[in-house]
Amino acid sequence: MDSQPLIAFDRVSMTLGGTSILTDIDLRIDAGDFVCVVGPSGCGKTTLLRLLGGLLEPTAGEVRYAGKRVAEPRADIAVMFQDYGRALLPWRTVAGNVSLALEALNVPKEQRPARIAAVLATVGLGARADRYPSELSGGMQQRLQIARCLAQEPKVLLMDEPFGALDAMTRQTLQDEVLSIVAASGATVFFVTHDLEEAVYLGNRVIGLLPHPGRIASDVNVALPRPRNQLTTREDPEFARLRRHLFDFIKDADA
Amino acid sequence: MKRALAIGRGLAFPAAAIVLCQIAAMVSHLQSDTLASPAAALVAGAHAFADGSILLATVQTLANAFGGLALGGCIGLILGILLGSSTTADRLMEFSVEALRPIPSVALIPVAMLIYGFGYRMEIAIVAFASFWPVLILSRNAVAGVDAALFDVARVLRLPPLARTIKIVLPAALPRIFVAFRLAAGIALTVAVTVEVSTNPLGLGYGMMLAEQSLHPELMLAYLLWIGIIGWGLNFAIVNAQRRLFGRSANVRTAT
Repeated sequence: MDSQPLIAFDRVSMTLGGTSILTDIDLRIDAGDFVCVVGPSGCGKTTLLRLLGGLLEPTAGEVRYAGKRVAEPRADIAVMFQDYGRALLPWRTVAGNVSLALEALNVPKEQRPARIAAVLATVGLGARADRYPSELSGGMQQRLQIARCLAQEPKVLLMDEPFGALDAMTRQTLQDEVLSIVAASGATVFFVTHDLEEAVYLGNRVIGLLPHPGRIASDVNVALPRPRNQLTTREDPEFARLRRHLFDFIKDADA
Repeated sequence: MKRALAIGRGLAFPAAAIVLCQIAAMVSHLQSDTLASPAAALVAGAHAFADGSILLATVQTLANAFGGLALGGCIGLILGILLGSSTTADRLMEFSVEALRPIPSVALIPVAMLIYGFGYRMEIAIVAFASFWPVLILSRNAVAGVDAALFDVARVLRLPPLARTIKIVLPAALPRIFVAFRLAAGIALTVAVTVEVSTNPLGLGYGMMLAEQSLHPELMLAYLLWIGIIGWGLNFAIVNAQRRLFGRSANVRTAT
């Protein structure tokens, strides 16, 4: 048991109102993994993430973190939500939104400004500390969510289609920023997306779910070298092969 | 310029009505125990201001209205937050709320009289009852309407319930809670004056009754005009504060 995985789903099933959302999920995730989850809509990707975040409890089986059952949200697991417009507090400034995470952790008041400035600098929002979320673009709002997660200094980062609503250029920039932030912090990432290329580009492991009921149907390792690069990585034959593999997998699910 | 024009247009009808009343009173040489000319009412009002009686009455009425609003509004707000954030509590209290809410607040005047007798306490109790309900119902809905995404944020950050209420739920619901207090302020003034007119020997309502019973219709009308101005001024002040605090977005909501 010395090589215990950081995260373990043990025969996890989830039923909501008589409908089976997820069934018999067995999954091990090691510390430092960057796991991407893809699948057609309705396959339970977000439910899987919410189970891991402690926002939902499985109807059967167990989700464990470092050997302990996950029954409620943990301070060392940060969650970044899909809908940035709704996940930020519009009445607080950029700095105030980051401060919320520190207040929740009972960080003393005098230590907060330095930590806020540090995470805002990391995500490139240092000059916008006094702005309000409504004054930021979608990409910047999502950076702010990343900053709020980082303020928690989490060991695990759960991201639920974080870049789904962003334009292609902003998305690529943020992908690279997430990769460098994760490389610097050594965090384990659980990244839900509907974009197959994004999954292959970011992850070192891609889990494919199939719906009705949601189950793990594919689990591939991504042996692409790091640091990844938007041009060379995407031109790598291995990238093309994995993309093709996942594309076929999703297409079969629709057929 | 446009604004001045709009105000002028709005005042045209009342001004004309007052002038017509004055002309009618002068032409008919009005001698009445029930009616008075606008000019006589203005003179009586000026006297009441000069001897301080109307100001004292104003202070008494506003003390009752705001005292009751503060008491009933605060209890209503706290309970509203509770019912809005817990479906169990809401279901548990639903019957009681719906059973007690329709009781007309003025029907409690005899009860409050028995308990407190004449004076501030009795009036404040009735005003508190009247302003409690709109604040309870509207703040419950305001809290229940807070975006579920914000509750998710509170959960993943592991904010304890009190911090969640203060840092997330209240600010998110504040514009609508403010509307609740605006509504309740109007009700509080109405109920305060009603209690004074009917029972309590205090404030503007009592002043008005006294003028009526001593056959001074001009003073009674002066009180009436002053109560109207107070009500209008109160609403104006609250709407202005609302606009300043919450911007244009709040205007839309108050229309409902």
